Amino acid sequence: MSPYLPKGLPAPTPESDGLSAPYWDGTRRGELMVQRCRDCKTWIWGPEWICHQCHSFDLDWTAVEGKGRIYSWERVWHPVHPALKDHGPYIVVLVELPGADNIRMIGNLLGDPMQDVPIGAEVEAIFEPHDEADPPYTLVQWRRV
Amino acid sequence: MSKRSLRGSVAIAGIGETPYYKHGQAPDSEFKLALTAILNAAKDAGIDPRDIDGFASYSNDRSDPSRIAAALGTKELRFSNMQWGGGGGGGAAAVGNAAAAVATGMADCVVVFRALAQGQFARFGQGPTTPTITGDLAMQAPYGLMSPGQRYAMKCMRFMKDHGVRQEALRAISLASYHHAQFNPRAVMHGRPLDAETYDNSRWIVEPWRLFDCCMENDGAAALIVMPADRAKDLPHKPSYLLGVAAGSDHRCAAPSHNAPNYASSSFASVAPHLYDMAEVKPGDVDVLQSYENFTGGVLMSLVEHGFFEPEASNDFLVPENLMAPGGKLPLNTSGGNLAECYMHGLELQLEAVRQLRGDSTRQVASVDVSMVIAGPMVTPVSSLILGSEATL
Ligand SMILES: [Zn+2]
Repeated sequence: MSPYLPKGLPAPTPESDGLSAPYWDGTRRGELMVQRCRDCKTWIWGPEWICHQCHSFDLDWTAVEGKGRIYSWERVWHPVHPALKDHGPYIVVLVELPGADNIRMIGNLLGDPMQDVPIGAEVEAIFEPHDEADPPYTLVQWRRV
Repeated sequence: MSKRSLRGSVAIAGIGETPYYKHGQAPDSEFKLALTAILNAAKDAGIDPRDIDGFASYSNDRSDPSRIAAALGTKELRFSNMQWGGGGGGGAAAVGNAAAAVATGMADCVVVFRALAQGQFARFGQGPTTPTITGDLAMQAPYGLMSPGQRYAMKCMRFMKDHGVRQEALRAISLASYHHAQFNPRAVMHGRPLDAETYDNSRWIVEPWRLFDCCMENDGAAALIVMPADRAKDLPHKPSYLLGVAAGSDHRCAAPSHNAPNYASSSFASVAPHLYDMAEVKPGDVDVLQSYENFTGGVLMSLVEHGFFEPEASNDFLVPENLMAPGGKLPLNTSGGNLAECYMHGLELQLEAVRQLRGDSTRQVASVDVSMVIAGPMVTPVSSLILGSEATL
């Protein structure tokens, strides 16, 4: 599968303190890993060192099902990166995961960039590997179901 | 214990700016622009610039106060303050920080300033071109979500969907700014009028925002002088008294990867009540409003969260005739604002709020007693303030 956006955008890497490394390691395996507090079971996204509900530092990384709903979206026309110059419009979606207390994730909506995008529509996660990148990484994209 | 408040204790005594330029076209260095605006504000206030004893700014302004103090021969430096985070959302907060210093005796005369020469430094509206990216940006940039417009468009999209807001409501905000700029010789878009058809035919930047929904990027500098109210009374201009100021953001507004609980928001939901509480005014008392347009959708949500109308009334309220000075129900961005006067990171809006109170605006509203400014919506922290005439004290 060819990537949704052209090559040359910045490659995601974990922070020097390693906070988000389990997420990026997970996407390479085709798993969607998010944080969950071991003490109060609150789902946490994006990655953080502490539970915002109970202040526990004891957070687990848990695989969640790649099933979501479109919470919001935008169609981008004006490129702000050289790799996107002369590339047509593309769609960014914000997806909430009902299986994990509606935490939200950012991705692209695969398919026709001019498609209608209904807020609330169901989507599924698609793993998009970038094996040639340095370092290699895998993005999580979304597709209408 | 009496209520803790800044109401009426300080005033804006002077305002100044440089000429405003398109980005990259300022003939002077950014630091020289800052000095020029500060000197102009001191002259307007009728004070010796060496008597300025404090400096306040926001968005990591690059002109360091100690260097300015050395360059200006400041007699004594007593206050050197940077509002932390939020970019243009710190504009009113910087005035609040200056006011707090003056009101509590930490300083006697604080200048709030902002200088930008984007040609000499990085531009706001460009994405990162590093080969790798980390942290929260790593969850966004690889998906082509990079510029401020792209970062905030989904907030507005959700708000418009939830409340049935039409594109024409955003268009009205843009038309008002461009209309007012045609009366303002300082405005970068002076002589460049905008009509509804041109707006409708303009290209999308990122839906739901067209070209004319987005602020300019400019070079220049602006400054204003905050002094104790009793001292400001003896200076050349009618003082603009600070009635109230508030800064901050809603619960977990910066939750990473767009996880703010109140997402479709200008970030002012928790801030605006503090502002009105200190100022002791209601939205209906506001005679004229300057509301930071990074994007028109931010203005839409700012106005709702400051209580000017219910979200479901957006289409009815946001029509050009309501927003245009002098006769509109709520004259908005009467200098042209960030869209059409100059993107001086919103500080030009505060100068305009002062001009309206003095009766000096190029699109003056009749008998202004309460003049309000909203800074930088959708970021965190945000801030807003209310100025009043002597009659409001
Ligand atoms: Zn917990």
